[in-house]
Amino acid sequence: MEITLSVNDETIRRDVEDRTLLVFFLRETLELTGTKIGCDTTSCGACTVLLNGQSVKSCTVLAAQADGCDIITIEGLADGDQLHPMQEAFRENHGLQCGYCTPGMVLASISLLAELDEVTEASVRNGLEGNLCRCTGYHNIVKAVLAAAEAAS
Amino acid sequence: MPGSLLGNAVRRVEDPELLVGDARYVDDLPIDALLHLSFVRSPYPHAKIVSIDVDAARSMPGVVAVYTFADLGVASSASGMGMNPKVQRAPLVEDEARFAGDTVAVVVAERLAQAVDATEAVEVDYDVLPAVADLDAAMAIDAPLVFAELGSNLYTGSREPSDEDPMAGADVVVRGRFENQRVAVAPMEGNAIAVVPGGIGDEFDLTVHVATQMPHRLKDAAVALFGLDPARIRVVSPFVGGGFGGKTGLCAEFATAIAVVRLLGRPVKWIETRSENLVGMDGRSQVQYVEMGFRSSGEIVGLRGRVIGDSGAYGGFGGFLAMGPTRNMAQGPYKIPKIRFDVAVALTNTSMTGAFRGAGRPEATAMLERLMDMGADDLGIDPAELRRMNFLTPDQFPYTTVTGMLYDCGEYERALDAALAAADYATLRKEQAVRRERGDRLQLGIGVSSYVEITAGGTGGEFGAVEVHPDGTATIRVGTAGSGQGHATSFSMIVADRLGLPLESIKFVQSDTAQVPRGGGTVGSRSLQLGGSAISDAAKLVLDMGRELAAELLEADPADVVVNDEGSLGVVGVPARAIPWSKLAALSAERGETLAAGVDFTPPGATFPFGSHVSLVEVDLDTGKVTPIRHIAVDDAGRILNPLLVTGQQHGGIAQGMAQALWEHLAYDEEANPVTGTFATYGIPSAAEVPSYEASNTETPTAYNPLGAKGIGESGTIGATPSVQNAVVDALSYLGVRHVDMPCTPERVWRAIVAAKSGAPEEPWREPPAIFKTLPDRVERARPGDEETH
Amino acid sequence: MIPPAFTYLRPTSVEEAIALIAADEDAKVLAGGHSLLPIMKLRLAAPTALVDIGRIEGLSYVREAADVVSIGALTRHHDVATSSLLAELVPLLAEAASFVGDPQVRHRGTIGGSIVHGDPASDLPAAILALDASLVLVGPTGTRVVPASQFFLGFLETATAPDEILTEIQVPVATGGFGFEKFTRRAQDWAIVGVACQRRGDDVAVALVNMAPTPVRASATEAAISAGQGLDAAAALSHEGTDPVSDQSASSEYRRHLAHVLTARALAKAGF
Repeated sequence: MEITLSVNDETIRRDVEDRTLLVFFLRETLELTGTKIGCDTTSCGACTVLLNGQSVKSCTVLAAQADGCDIITIEGLADGDQLHPMQEAFRENHGLQCGYCTPGMVLASISLLAELDEVTEASVRNGLEGNLCRCTGYHNIVKAVLAAAEAAS
Repeated sequence: MPGSLLGNAVRRVEDPELLVGDARYVDDLPIDALLHLSFVRSPYPHAKIVSIDVDAARSMPGVVAVYTFADLGVASSASGMGMNPKVQRAPLVEDEARFAGDTVAVVVAERLAQAVDATEAVEVDYDVLPAVADLDAAMAIDAPLVFAELGSNLYTGSREPSDEDPMAGADVVVRGRFENQRVAVAPMEGNAIAVVPGGIGDEFDLTVHVATQMPHRLKDAAVALFGLDPARIRVVSPFVGGGFGGKTGLCAEFATAIAVVRLLGRPVKWIETRSENLVGMDGRSQVQYVEMGFRSSGEIVGLRGRVIGDSGAYGGFGGFLAMGPTRNMAQGPYKIPKIRFDVAVALTNTSMTGAFRGAGRPEATAMLERLMDMGADDLGIDPAELRRMNFLTPDQFPYTTVTGMLYDCGEYERALDAALAAADYATLRKEQAVRRERGDRLQLGIGVSSYVEITAGGTGGEFGAVEVHPDGTATIRVGTAGSGQGHATSFSMIVADRLGLPLESIKFVQSDTAQVPRGGGTVGSRSLQLGGSAISDAAKLVLDMGRELAAELLEADPADVVVNDEGSLGVVGVPARAIPWSKLAALSAERGETLAAGVDFTPPGATFPFGSHVSLVEVDLDTGKVTPIRHIAVDDAGRILNPLLVTGQQHGGIAQGMAQALWEHLAYDEEANPVTGTFATYGIPSAAEVPSYEASNTETPTAYNPLGAKGIGESGTIGATPSVQNAVVDALSYLGVRHVDMPCTPERVWRAIVAAKSGAPEEPWREPPAIFKTLPDRVERARPGDEETH
Repeated sequence: MIPPAFTYLRPTSVEEAIALIAADEDAKVLAGGHSLLPIMKLRLAAPTALVDIGRIEGLSYVREAADVVSIGALTRHHDVATSSLLAELVPLLAEAASFVGDPQVRHRGTIGGSIVHGDPASDLPAAILALDASLVLVGPTGTRVVPASQFFLGFLETATAPDEILTEIQVPVATGGFGFEKFTRRAQDWAIVGVACQRRGDDVAVALVNMAPTPVRASATEAAISAGQGLDAAAALSHEGTDPVSDQSASSEYRRHLAHVLTARALAKAGF
């Protein structure tokens, strides 16, 4: 079917096979390979993107379901060489090692801070329950998100 | 000299690319006309293949080819560690599938979805055979046989030739059967490979883009398996999404991909799904029957271990870890006069085990540290004190252990003291006593562990080269193969320090056999101490060349030429006439030379990092649920080059140790079916399950390399696993609980509490299987400690 | 990882959706997709067509009339969890929704999808059972309202006919004390056991997660509370008549024990 959607503020119109998952549409059709695939059970969060401003796991959304929606991927965050404050916080706090979970982690964190009434270590940790990382033990990821929240306040 | 970067928390140079999604991993590479592979896998843990019908699959849309053993053209060869010639495997199963997930056939299609669809159309007729996954059951006399022709499931094994009783003279003997459960490597990026054939006039017949920690070894394995000309194959890794020991070899799927490209002459890609990864990239697993004897003073008199290592269906390296690093490190940081350590390596109908973060050393430490806590309990001595009184002391180094390891240096008590001080141990014990006194339902557990581990053991030397270019930039080429550790940053820091160049002007090349002539890869926490040292030595040679050239131009003595703060070379005290690197490199080029040096750095021996951890958990007595609330780690990895990266390694390692102690278990049911084959069931913790960590260091530099560095990649795991497990048992010891196996699940903890309260606490010991009586005698290796660690 | 091929259909009205599913017995209704797509990706389900009701107007809302709160079936978990109306009038439901999956799942998954899937390990089915909610089902012949107590028929089986669509969940206002307890090893996991508890005066409704092939009420506990028995004595009866599975996460024996402990905690939270 034909879908029209906004990806990183650009209007995209494409014909897709009905069963195409959003993550494959982004990675293969649009060649936006920053979004990763880490599991097949909606568990790991590596494929997290923003759909109408909210974090979703793009492996469990059909491209067809995203028809008419606004999608932001990791490629759509920085402004030229200027990193998004969350990206900058991850860099400043060594919140990434192999980098594979990072795009999803950054986007989930942005969505989380937009929703949290009270930013505490506990609320950040609980709010990142859907994103797995095998490298950092989460210590510096949580530190980065708290720092980004602090910088924004 | 400019102000040194070394020892400073320098931010990573590789991060910007990773943070904006520009970094390419194998699955992200733009390769034209790629075909996709999808494997048909055995749904049964053990089955004869009666027939395979691929006709329907071949006629499906987009399908280019379907291969089975019969038409892939790759014969069986000695598998895994190759220590038992009868244990053979072909990339696609020849006649018998030996684990659920074994590779039976492969579909090649234009699109991935088409390949996956067609695998469902391949019809395989199986004759199901009995299977075994449990290690004790596999060693039983009447066990189903993984390889019938062997007559047993013993892949290899050995016992100490001497019959001396290591418990002789003990006043107190503690013993336990401990499971060091199977854990999965599970890097966030699984296995991934894209193989591109060369065309006429191309430099390579095969270019293998692959996620690997050992590109040169993978190339050697492919050359050997297919009889290739080594000059005509290139193995190269883009960014790698974590390795942790799981990405070291030419697995069956990789071999299949290469074979398919050789048959079809078209590029193919295989990206492992998570469901495949969790039945394919298995870590380590042991069952340990161990005993330790003490005098009533607390002094250790001896250790006896009878350990079964799990090598999976095909003799995987993971089983051998018990004979190698676990045995080698069985003495730990203690004075233990006598050690007997016998090992049986079992075949099971499970996926082939391999290395995983710690690889044999977490198992050694877990075993010792459980025994130390049991001893402390029986002797009425504080667990920290019992460790302290048995530590090897600084004056004893270099020290050769009973198992033949040569420990370079260590100050074990200093690390323990630092950890206890950071934890405020005495206050914690008081808090624990108060909670017990009050009858709280949330009890506090305080776990202590001390460890020594081995890094850069038996993996030879490492190659590193540095070249300065006429544009004033430099290139590093190194044989290690990082997958997120920050080598581009740390290795560039060394060159920046030695040559006075800015970090941004240094290019870092690794994991490309076309650009790096040789390399041992990144395994066993070896990279900085070997690769970094090679780079350091190479940079020094380049500096010497630069000083010679500068001296010539300045008409000065090379001995008087130094690098100044601007990254130029000049005579001491005469900065105005200094010559930039660009000019020196240009001069070199004019003379037809390069300002470059390559070095193979070989250390005199392995290094032995050490440390102590204190872990704090809360145990809910009503549900058995354990919540880790604090973790204090003091890890000594010698001199620290970049504390940011070192602490990051400690954090990741601690999380992994905690995860093994509390959550992760790659489990099989009684019929050897995997039951934790997805991330929904294999319990990797998230940020919500773990606390922040209190990681610090002592620094005891080794003399074995110019950086004074030891490995840090695995220390966190090795120290944390037993400290968390000990904390769980410690919380319950006042009830009479002696041991809880890992992972300390709520149900296990609850059962232990119920049993203890009923007056019949679970007995952690039982006699080991009879197989240990008939193992062959151990043969002394030529160079103890040479076994590989990952 | 890749679902089997299917035809994607996107009706714009409930009537159109019903006609589409009535025409193809192998078609499935797709809402948020967070119950259906995961099993399709593992190739455990292969519907011929997915009828995406996600764009049908007017099925996402929370509103109150005559002491009944009505929730549109397409209301996402996140919106249920953060609804101020629910926080005031049916706080148990909002609380239970906040425990579903993880934030990303809650942004996409819908209350209707979760309930129609009928997974006994899910949080919301037990919550609506404890709340005596009613389910509005629309089919070719009209609309019927099924009480939650008659909705869950078996493992992954509900009273929804193949040609029916759940459009609304109706929940009587319940402002008394409540408790929701979810026992997991990891935050994002399905419950090993869960308890939803709603106080009504001196009586209580208690529903259990993952203690049987369907969500079930702990009737013996409810009766004991009504009879004035103490909290722990009542909680000890929670697993009467249940049939919990033994699996990788827990044995049935341990699940029964957990039901007791968690019921006691939920009752305490509800003010008993």
